[in-house]
This record gives sequence, structure tokens and C-alpha cells, in this order.
Amino acid sequence: MIRIEQLNKRFRKLQALDNINVVFGNGNVISLIGPNGSGKTTLIKCILGMVTADEGRIYVNGQMISNDPSYREQIGYMPQIGRYPDNMRVGELFRMMKNIRIMPENQLDKELLEKFRLMPMFDKPMRTLSGGTRQKVSAALAFYFNPAILILDEPTAGLDPLSTEILKEKIQDARSQQKLVLVTSHILSDLDELTTHVMYMQDGKMIFLKQIDVLRQETGEDKLGKAIASIMKHELKAQFV
Amino acid sequence: MTRLIRYVLYDILRNKVVITYALFLFVVSFSLFQLEENESKAILSLLNIVLIVVPLIGMIFTTIHYYNSYEFIELMLSQPLSRKRILLSEFTGVAVSLLCAFAFGVGVPVLIFSFNDTGFALLIAGGALTLIFTSIAFLASVKSRDKARGIGFTLLLWFYFALIYDGLVLLVLFSFSDYPMEKFTLLLSALNPIDLARISIMLKMDVSALMGYTGALYKNFFGTGAGMLFTGSIMLLWIILPLWWAVTAFNKKDM
Amino acid sequence: MKSILILIFFFSVNCLSANTIVVGKDQPIHALKRAVELAKNGDTILLKQGSYAEGNIVIGKSITLIGIGMPVLDGLQKNEILTITGHNVTIKGIRFLNAGYSSMNDYAALKIVDATNIRIEQNIIEKASFAIHIANSTFSTIRNNKIVGTNKSEHSSGNGIHLWKCGNMKIEGNSIQGHRDGIYFEFVTHSTISKNVSEKNIRYGLHFMFSNDDAYLGNTFRNNGAGVAVMYTRNVRMENNLFENNWGPSAYGILLKDISDSHIKNNRFVENTVAIHMEGSSRIMIEKNTFKANGWAFKVQASCDDNTFYKNNFFGNSFDIATNGDKSLNTFNNNYWDKYEAYDINRDGIGDKPYHPVSMYAMIVEQNPTTIMLMNSFMIKLLDKAEKAIPSLTPENLVDAAPMMKPNKL
Repeated sequence: MIRIEQLNKRFRKLQALDNINVVFGNGNVISLIGPNGSGKTTLIKCILGMVTADEGRIYVNGQMISNDPSYREQIGYMPQIGRYPDNMRVGELFRMMKNIRIMPENQLDKELLEKFRLMPMFDKPMRTLSGGTRQKVSAALAFYFNPAILILDEPTAGLDPLSTEILKEKIQDARSQQKLVLVTSHILSDLDELTTHVMYMQDGKMIFLKQIDVLRQETGEDKLGKAIASIMKHELKAQFV
Repeated sequence: MTRLIRYVLYDILRNKVVITYALFLFVVSFSLFQLEENESKAILSLLNIVLIVVPLIGMIFTTIHYYNSYEFIELMLSQPLSRKRILLSEFTGVAVSLLCAFAFGVGVPVLIFSFNDTGFALLIAGGALTLIFTSIAFLASVKSRDKARGIGFTLLLWFYFALIYDGLVLLVLFSFSDYPMEKFTLLLSALNPIDLARISIMLKMDVSALMGYTGALYKNFFGTGAGMLFTGSIMLLWIILPLWWAVTAFNKKDM
Repeated sequence: MKSILILIFFFSVNCLSANTIVVGKDQPIHALKRAVELAKNGDTILLKQGSYAEGNIVIGKSITLIGIGMPVLDGLQKNEILTITGHNVTIKGIRFLNAGYSSMNDYAALKIVDATNIRIEQNIIEKASFAIHIANSTFSTIRNNKIVGTNKSEHSSGNGIHLWKCGNMKIEGNSIQGHRDGIYFEFVTHSTISKNVSEKNIRYGLHFMFSNDDAYLGNTFRNNGAGVAVMYTRNVRMENNLFENNWGPSAYGILLKDISDSHIKNNRFVENTVAIHMEGSSRIMIEKNTFKANGWAFKVQASCDDNTFYKNNFFGNSFDIATNGDKSLNTFNNNYWDKYEAYDINRDGIGDKPYHPVSMYAMIVEQNPTTIMLMNSFMIKLLDKAEKAIPSLTPENLVDAAPMMKPNKL
């Protein structure tokens, strides 16, 4: 569970996050959507402690994040663009992470490693990997330590359809294990069937956080994509009125 | 933390720059001892290497390493590791590898050809300068937004410590030549680690005698236990303060 | 004719009547004082081994005093031990110990006043304030003595070999250390100081004033508080000496002050703060000397003129030449400078461009001594290089027009 209270962040002139108050519950898959620059990635980075907020508090499973980094043990993070040390080999990366996070071998979640067929590539240096393969590495790494919270930034961008399906299954599993999954994505249709909640952001503000069923009812649209599109139209209209 | 340091070291050793640096220092030091007719002249030439090359290479290497490790640092940041630990591991990794390069490149020739007080002073000063400029470079890197700015900033700092500062000292000494400035120069020397290193090595080389009243004052000051403690503490401050500042800035930095 | 006969007669009588008196604890005569009383001109006193503390002994006759097995004359730190006047006295093989000190008089282990033809040889003088003090004397020789002082403060200690108002003296082969000045010359003319070793003295190894027409040759002056000072003198020859290790804020290999018409030749200057400091001096020929690892090889004040620096070799000095003036009235030729960098296309052994031995930094330090703290810094190196390329501050005519490519053979 993640609870965010009155979170504010400003980058010089840009108000990246504007008074965000929100609670993400366990077993939820939350789609974080909004136009480019609406503050999605900043919000994620705040939760991860990579960006420090100007004001406000974030609680991860009841623990307020501050200087103590131990809360990140409960988080698996898949960045938008996975950047890794060029010279490091794939196998080394996983070994190193294992070294840093210290977890018994039998508790590790190697499912994605196997399904993405990453094991045979353990000898390859990271710099030789294609963008898609890097995404697979990032995804496998995020799930590797079996964390209670998963934060996936644009997870399906660059993944082939087959891998996307594998990842979706994985997210589905996580949901059924009562994990909290936070996903940002542009391509909404990809995640239609998984999402339990939609959080919509614009200009650093949270416009709404709604259950998907509620959203469908309100907009009368069945597809998540269309539902959002209709909201965005309203928003635009509201701006021009 | 040692695990993290091990990965940093591993990464540095793999790109071979440090090894090249060590070999370069070794070849230069070795040939200086071979070419110069006497050992003290070689030490004097080596002094220039230590005062100019060690800070320069140390800073540039540190800055480039920092930016090349940016991905690694980002990756680590999403893990349950504190920022302080990440940065200190990076610092330790860089400092240890540069120190090893210096110890091999300059240390071995000095121990072979000039196994005496001056030699030791040179090694200790060189080691201290390595740590100091690694620390300063970390500060400059953390504070700058991108690699180009970082390297530019680093070069500027090097230029300042190696050259401009002494120019300013010369200016000050001439502007206030009517006043007794000897004690003041003691303070001035403490404000630039390169000067402090240079003066403490020169005092060991017994060049102090030709420095007249200033030299006698320096010898009386630096030669005593209190003076050595002073030099040591100032050097230590030069290592700790920039590093501490870098850690503080890194803690607040948005990645 | 008659007078010659008388002379021969006198001489033979003298020889015939010359006695030898032996002094010793087991001899009829125990005391040296008694022996001196008994002795006549031309007699020899043999002083046997043992320690003799007899207060001040005055010798006013022409006698020879020879120690057998290094007898000790002990001054018990209150007396002047031996006082000699007159002529034809020889003192040899005696150990002088603990001569007294007085702030009123210049007490010495051995004082020679108003004397001629005195020979002081192979003695050891220890713990004296003044060791050998000679005044108003001529034609004497001080040879092969070993003098070791107490090395106390400048005020409470005296000089090793002190000469005042003498002529035609020879100071040769002595070793002197731990005194105020090793050898002190004031108003001494036509004399020679040779092959002495003067070291670890509190002030000067050799202190030399108002002493014309002298020479000092083949001496070693090492590790003295202020090196060697030669002042207010004409016509001195300084040759084949070694000036070594005179380090200190005001130490010089040689300090030359108001010296003229002199020669400095074939000396070696090694590791001195300033090898030669020259002021108010003219017409000195400085040739074939070696300057090695000194702070400054030469400091030439603007008050010097008409001096010639010829065929000297410079190695590894921090500064070769410093001067406080903006022009130079001295001549430099055919010296070897290790800092000189040029080609010799016609292969005559002489570099193809003149060398300016005064560096920019030497000028800066001369004007503002505190800037010495910048020595060996990168900035100073750059300044010196810039100045070499475009000279502006350094004296233009202080130049070696024909610098050597290789060290001169000396």
C-alpha cells in the first residue's frame, strides 16, 4: 500500500507535482495516465526516492520514506528506458543485484528470466542488447526479488506482442497475489483487461483516481482507451470554454 | 558497502584507463630517475608531475567515471541502498584505484631510487593530493548537470588550484609588499592543497635554507609536531569537506 | 768581517750552549713554568706525557717546547694557558685543554703577541674560547693543529685561529671546528691560508677583513653558520677551495663585500644557500669554478662592476644568478649553464645564441623575498618560460654572449 499526502514538487518554473493526495491499495493494478509532462514519471521517482519532494509525505506499507532506504526492498522498479553499465554482462547484472539485495535463491522469481529466454544471453554485455531485450531485462529485474509493490514505467513500449503477453500474465499473477502494481503507459488498450484503477494526471495535478468499472459506467465507454479519450475531450473543452 | 565498492573497482579496472595512467606515471618517474644526473633533481622534476599531473588526471578521471557510471548509480538508487552509501562507494572505488595507480607509478620508482624522507614526503603528498582532487571532482560532478559542464568545471578548478591561485598570491604579495606577509602566506598555503603539498615537500628537500626569513619561519612551523599535525589536518579537511558537501548535494539531487 | 766573525762565534756558542730540559712528573723538574724560567734562548723543553695545570705560562724567550706523547696543559677553565712574545718560539705536540673565558679579555689557549718567527705545530686545542690568538706578529707558521671548540653561542665563544695586525703568516693544514669564526683575519697582509679544514663553526668558516695581498688556497669550508666572509680587501687570491653545505637563511659560500682586484679560481661551491654573494666589489676575476646544487650560485648587487665570470660551470642551482639592478656592469663569457638550451650548428662548442642567466623569478624574489613561497610552482615555471621568450624584466645586458655547450674542463 502506498499513501501519498500533499505531495508537491517544482522544477524551477515547472510545477511537476501539484498537491497530490492518493492511496494505492494492495491487489490493485493502477494505470497512471496523462499527457507527456503531466508528472507521471516524477511521481514514480518520488515514490522511489530518486526525486525528493518539496513538500508532502509518502508512506510505503505504513513506513514513511525519508532517509532510510530499506523500504525499497518492497519495490520492484522497471524504468522507462533501462540504462545499465555498458561493460556489464547480463548475468553479472543479475548476480550483482542478488548480491546487493541479499535474498535466498529459492525465493527469487526467475519466471520472466526463463520466459523471456534471457538465461542464454547471460554472457552478452549490456551494450550489445537491443532496446526490446533491455526492456525484458528491466522487467525480469523488477520481478526478480518478488516485491510487494511493482512500479512499471511504460513497460510495454518496445516489447514485441509475445513478450507483452508474457508480461501481462505476470502482472495478472501479481494482482492475484495481492500485490500493488503501478503502471504508466501511453498505449492504454494493452492494459485494459488488467487495470483495476485509473489515475489520471495533468500538469502535475491528479484529475481523478477511479475504479475502472466506475469509469466505464460514467463515460459509457467499454474500452479504457475510449473512456480516457472522452475524458480528455471534456478536459479540452473545459479549457477552451 | 564493500560489495558496491567491489563492483565500482571492477568497472574501473575493466576500462584500462587507470592501468594506462599507472604505466604512464611509472615510465615518467623511472625515466626521470634514469635521465637526471642526481636523485634530488629527479625528485624535483617528479614534484612537478605530482603537483600538476596527479590533480589533473585525478579530477578528469573522476568526472568521466561519474558520468559513465550514471546508469549504474540510477540503478542503485532504485534499490534499498542509501544515497550516501552509493556515493561513498563510488568515491572509495575511484580513490582506491587512483591511489593504487599512484603507488605503483610513482611509489615503486621512488622507493627504489630515493628511499628517504623526501621520497616519503613526496609519496604522502601525492597520495593526499589524489584523494583531495578526487573528492573535489566528485563535488564538481554532483553539482554539474551534464558531462560537458562537469568536465569544464573540473578543468576550471584544476586551473585555479594549479595556476591562478599562485598568480593571485603573487599579486597579493606585491600589493602588500610593505607589510610583513610571512605569517599570512602560511594561511595562504593552507588554502590551496597543491601549495601546501609543494611547500611541505620542499621543506623536506632542505631548500628551506634558501627561502630566507620565510623559509626559516616555515621550517619552524611545519617542522614541528604541531606543524605536521596542521598540515595533516588541513589535507584531511580538503578531503573530507568537498566529499561531505558532495554527499549532501547528492542526497538532495533529483535524478 | 769582524761583525761576521762575531756572528759566527755567537751562533756556535749559542748552539753549543743549547740545552734540553725535560719536564715530567718523574723528572727533577715537575713544572713547565719552572723549566721556562730555567731555559735560556735556544733551549729545548721536552714536556713528557701527563696533565699540567699551572695557570698562565708566559714564554718570552726563544725556546722550543715539544710535547712527548701529547701532554696536556689544562687551563681549568679560568686561565689563558700559554702566552708567547718575542721571536723564534716553537710549540709542538701539546694538547691544550679548557682555556679560560673572560668577557673582558680575549683569553686564548695560546696567545701570541708582538712576536716574530713563531711555529705552532701539531697541537690539539680543545674547549677553548679563543684557541690561537695572534696579534701584531710576523713571519710565523700555524700548521697542522687540530682545534675543537665548545660550539656555544656566538657571544661566549671565540675564534679558532685569530690574527690581528699580522704580516707574512702561514696558516696551513689545520682543522678547526666549533668556534665562533674558524679563521679570523683582520689587518693581516702577505699571508697564506692553505689546506685547512674549517667546519661547523657558529659564524664564519673564514672571516677576513682589511687584509690585502693574501691568498687562501685549497681549504675546505663546510657547514659553517654563515659560510665565509671576505670584506674590505684588495688583491686576494682564492683558489682551489671547497665551499660546501653552508645552508641557512643567511649563509654564504663566500660573502664578498668591498673586494677589488682579486681572483676566485678553481673553487668548488656545493650546496650552499648562496655560493657567492657580491656587493661593492670590482675587478674580480671569477674563473673555472664549479657551482653545484646551490640555492643561488651568484647574487650580484648592482654596486658591483667590472667583474669577469669566465669558464665557470653551473649545475643544478635553483637560481644561477640574481641581481637587484636592472643593468649589469659585469662580463660573462664561456660559462657552462646546465639550464641553457640551444644549438651549436657550427660545432665550435659555443652555443649559437646568448644566454640570459637571470630568471624572471630570480628578479621577483629579489624584489619581494616572501614570494619564495611560490618556488617550484607551475605558475613560476610558466612565467620563466614566458620571460625567456619575451624578455622584459630581466636585465638585458646581463648575458653570457658565448655560453658553452658542454661543461668546461677544469
